[in-house]
Amino acid sequence: MTIAGTVGLAVNGLTTEIRSRGSWFQAVRGVSFDVHQGETVALVGESGCGKSLTALSIMGLLPRGVGRVASGNIVIDGEAVDGASDTQMEKIRGNRIGMVFQEPMTSLNPVLTVGFQIAEPLMYHRGLSRRDAEAKAVALMELVRIPSAADRVGAYPHQFSGGMRQRVMIAIALACQPKVLIADEPTTALDVTIQAQVLALLAGLQKSAGLAVLLITHNLGVVASVADRVLVMYGGDVVENATVRDLFQRPTHPYTSALLAAMPRADRSSDTVAAIPGQVPTLPDMPTGCRFQSRCPLRQPQCAELPPLSAIDPAGAHLVRCWVAGRPS
Amino acid sequence: MSASAPPMSPARVTAWTRARSNPAILIGSAICLVLVLMAVFAPWVAPFDPNKQMLGPQLADPSVKHWFGLDSFGRDVFSRIVWGARISLWVGVVATLGAMVIGTMIGIIAGYFGGTIDRVITMLTDILLSFPQLVMGLLLVAVLGASLTNIIIAIGVTAIPAFIRLARGSTLAMRERDFIDAGRALGFSDARIMFNHVAPNIMDEIIVMGSLWLATAIRTESTLAFIGLGVPPPTPTWGGIIREGFEYLNDNYWLAIFPSLAILITMIGLNLIGDGLRDATDPRAPQ
Repeated sequence: MTIAGTVGLAVNGLTTEIRSRGSWFQAVRGVSFDVHQGETVALVGESGCGKSLTALSIMGLLPRGVGRVASGNIVIDGEAVDGASDTQMEKIRGNRIGMVFQEPMTSLNPVLTVGFQIAEPLMYHRGLSRRDAEAKAVALMELVRIPSAADRVGAYPHQFSGGMRQRVMIAIALACQPKVLIADEPTTALDVTIQAQVLALLAGLQKSAGLAVLLITHNLGVVASVADRVLVMYGGDVVENATVRDLFQRPTHPYTSALLAAMPRADRSSDTVAAIPGQVPTLPDMPTGCRFQSRCPLRQPQCAELPPLSAIDPAGAHLVRCWVAGRPS
Repeated sequence: MSASAPPMSPARVTAWTRARSNPAILIGSAICLVLVLMAVFAPWVAPFDPNKQMLGPQLADPSVKHWFGLDSFGRDVFSRIVWGARISLWVGVVATLGAMVIGTMIGIIAGYFGGTIDRVITMLTDILLSFPQLVMGLLLVAVLGASLTNIIIAIGVTAIPAFIRLARGSTLAMRERDFIDAGRALGFSDARIMFNHVAPNIMDEIIVMGSLWLATAIRTESTLAFIGLGVPPPTPTWGGIIREGFEYLNDNYWLAIFPSLAILITMIGLNLIGDGLRDATDPRAPQ
């Protein structure tokens, strides 16, 4: 797969700490990736692996006093935002980077019309008059294929189904034509047919607008259908970084293999679905070195030291963080 | 739901439908409408100049000419009550609206930011709430001096803490909602989120509270006037008329009874509206 275009979102060495019982723990460790225009990068992992914290760090929305970016660089649409002030970030959020959330049922304000909510970022960031912004809102509703948009611009969120509300959320996120979109579990709350529709819509919009999309999900089926590149996270570390084809054909890190084995598939009988033994340790209990070692079938004494994320193919496009898997023995 | 969307959310539609068919609200509104019309059109409703003395024999009994009799200065009591409605309603409405706006803003700020700001505001609110409302009003009027503006300020200040507390609580519940995070992800400022996104969501409760506080404010105004800290005479106020008639309670009871009835009817009207609105906007009420 050839990926052209400039970098929309660049994250380099991002380490995010969160406070628990009075001390700070690294919940995201040295995460680096680029998302080019027109590319979709998926962050995959189970709950608590740091994928949503990565998104919040990029958006500058870590809860104050509970989370902080300890180190790393973030560049959104060519502008470095690490260390940006709140006012600077307010100008970037919703304007040059959009975000779509997991819960379309609760992410819209129940007492404001959808038209106003789509128009609001345009009035706020672009200084459009209410009339102009609401006219543009109709166009945006048509863009996300909401039927009879002109009639429904004055409707309230409860008058929309979950899938339609997620379309409204996408229209809001894209109102100011940002170059970067973060989609945090955008289809998790939707049923499967609606999921497919929303994913197809996102893919179409991405192609026409050349968006750089960071997709956060735990759903490998979604990853397989829309992502170009996948980063698998475990315990705050990126454990594997590969193109979507490579990842599904040659899953290398033991955690990735276990994740894929745990995915129910229509072409396999259901008793072959394998659970990963144990559970993710809490942050204070994380083992030093490789954080997956407590659940890993390939564990070696060497794992007490954190393995580097290194290439296992000549092109250097498939990176794995493991001392054992993917290395010549 | 029809394709062309009605301009109201279903919570509002049902609240409005319920409000329209709620007998308490209908009766309360009718009473208040009469009172408001009486106050607005006082110069035409009142048969006599409320301050004109010696219209007839002092302390004259109610008659066809003077419906509620004459007071100790020979002034027409009915005319004075009609004009008194102006003061009572004006003080009540302005003080309550002011307290509503200021208290709601402070409450939203406290609830939205939390932390030290919230602790300081809550502490000050608790201190204000620990004074009985009347004592607080008395204190303020005593310090500021009795004039129409100062009485409005005093009554408004006594009502502010209740609105702060209500708005803060509702905002705390709102703050955890996803659409607040969504607003932050769109780069909206705190002020925009507080006043464009939180405020409209808590207005129902604030308005119900306001309608109930309006009654309290009018009662407080009358009480202050009764104990001599109201708008200075000869301006007619309901509390003031009761005070003047109080000395003659044994022989000329109507001097105190009629203004008291005016207050009573106002209280009934406002409380019917307030209770009705509360029922109509209560999400737990049967549909």
